[in-house]
Amino acid sequence: MSIDTTQTAPRPTPPTAPASASQAVSTQIESRRRDLASSAFQLMLIASLMIVLAALLATLASVAPGGLEVLRSRGVADFIQRPFSIRPQQTGVYQGIVGTVTSALIVTLVAFPLGLASAIWIEEYAGDTRISRLINVVIRNLAGVPAIVYGLLGYAIFVAGPFKSITGGRSVLSAGLTLSVLVLPIVIITSAEAIRAVPSSLRDGGYAMGATRWQVTRTLVLPNAIGGILTGTILGLARALGEAAPLILIGAKQSGFSAGNWGDLTGDFTALPVLISDWPTRPVSQWDGVTQALILVTLVIILGINAAGIVLRNRFTDKD
Amino acid sequence: MIPTDLAGDTRRRAIDRGIGICMTGAAATSVVISFAIIAVLFRDAIGFLSSVDFGALSNSIWSPRLGRFGILSPVLGTVWVTLIAALVAGPIGLASAVFLSEYANPRVRRIIKPIIEVLASIPSVVIGYFAIRFIAPELVMRLFPGSPGKNLMVAGLGVGLLTIPLMTSVAEDALRAVPQSLREASYGLGAKKVTTVTRVVVPAAVSGLVAGMILSISRAIGETMVVFLAAGGTGARPTTPLDGGLTITSAMASVASGTDNVAGVGNAFQSIFFLGLLLFLITLSLNVVADRFVRRVRQKY
Repeated sequence: MSIDTTQTAPRPTPPTAPASASQAVSTQIESRRRDLASSAFQLMLIASLMIVLAALLATLASVAPGGLEVLRSRGVADFIQRPFSIRPQQTGVYQGIVGTVTSALIVTLVAFPLGLASAIWIEEYAGDTRISRLINVVIRNLAGVPAIVYGLLGYAIFVAGPFKSITGGRSVLSAGLTLSVLVLPIVIITSAEAIRAVPSSLRDGGYAMGATRWQVTRTLVLPNAIGGILTGTILGLARALGEAAPLILIGAKQSGFSAGNWGDLTGDFTALPVLISDWPTRPVSQWDGVTQALILVTLVIILGINAAGIVLRNRFTDKD
Repeated sequence: MIPTDLAGDTRRRAIDRGIGICMTGAAATSVVISFAIIAVLFRDAIGFLSSVDFGALSNSIWSPRLGRFGILSPVLGTVWVTLIAALVAGPIGLASAVFLSEYANPRVRRIIKPIIEVLASIPSVVIGYFAIRFIAPELVMRLFPGSPGKNLMVAGLGVGLLTIPLMTSVAEDALRAVPQSLREASYGLGAKKVTTVTRVVVPAAVSGLVAGMILSISRAIGETMVVFLAAGGTGARPTTPLDGGLTITSAMASVASGTDNVAGVGNAFQSIFFLGLLLFLITLSLNVVADRFVRRVRQKY
């Protein structure tokens, strides 16, 4: 806008300056050599971006043809309803879908309420005390802890630790709880940001009417922040469902089991990303097709959840 | 109508107090989780260290099932993978961020940003598959004929691809935080766009860019699945990035994913808590440093 006009508009020359001097300046500024540098720089930036786009396309292209072929010849329903089999022609992703969907439900039930409540406390109740600052620092640092470390925590607490009798050890319940702990910081941080974005005049109005803190939060703050809160939760959920490392640490089954049915919260389990970590290690000539189909199914679920989150966010940010 | 005196409504105030306590409890869980992580890691790492003699840690091979705990193998593997990832994600992420923040018009931004977000949301295990099926045969084995199909270079390139979106988004935030007046002052002096970007905007945003770099490195160190699939998993000490190897994270996953799952010889499983503690301390210190840089940007503008 204003930048572009300053750049391209003819530079006014002071009337008193000698013509040759102003000409020298203008050639210095607008010489072809300099323009070449500009375009080279811009080209380099665009090339970098193109590498990113090409890598993304190549990633999708590396699983699309073989995966689609398997899904078409076997039928999507067949592939997602069959349990794991040692024979690639008969194997399916049933248990992976059960594990991933069940842990998604557990994450929603545990991390969403807990994260939202923490965010409300931080933004509405805590004020700027030493304890609230400490909790803020703790949450920010928790968000940077590698996923696999949460796997260790999940193992020590839910699988082998004090909650073993409830979770049944290496179970989908342990997996869901571990992933809940993993996304909790993300849910808290994004929810707190959404709550902070609600104008304080709304709160002041509520308090002036004699409302209590909870009444202000429930009737004024939350309805205005709910878009951002949902977005954060959905994006956190998508992140959790793509994690394989923590599930491997808490003992997700990679092969050779027949359990993992709907509703079996405390038995052996697996999840889609865990299957993806195992199938590429099997003989390529037989397993590559089903591996690509498995990745396609996983991407559809996870990118679908992400897309929902992004659409939701754009809708809520466009309004402002 | 006579207004009721709500201030004395005990039920209303009791609800408010009760909810306040619930919220405090919820927020406290995060603190509890942090302490649990630290306690668990230290407890089992110390348990492990007291069960091996320190000579075992300087073994030339990391192979917990055989009782060989050469810690230098996963550490060197992590250094190589992280270095390669940083060399990929740093320049590409920075250049993408400069383009998005300084050159792209709003319409282009609206198309490109979601595409980068799609890349960010692809699970790392899928990038791992991409690394062994595309990066290894099409890039690394062509550029370095004779290298093994799975090596630290393949893993590093995969991890780099994975961290590009993080680098891009942090760097873009830093560049956009540079006040418009600085750019206008530069243009006012007759500087071209390329001069303005490279001499004014980027230097002004440098602490944010450094923060992005540190966060990307921290993310690369903590990445597991790409390395687990693509680095080969051999426990010998790597000397070049074209050797097969493992990192701190992939060594942990390997121990946990053995056929007997978690039961190993004696203290084999406990060894991953030692690795976990190491990983936790490294990433935590990097994140603290990055946070400091981010805050410097905020204070400046």
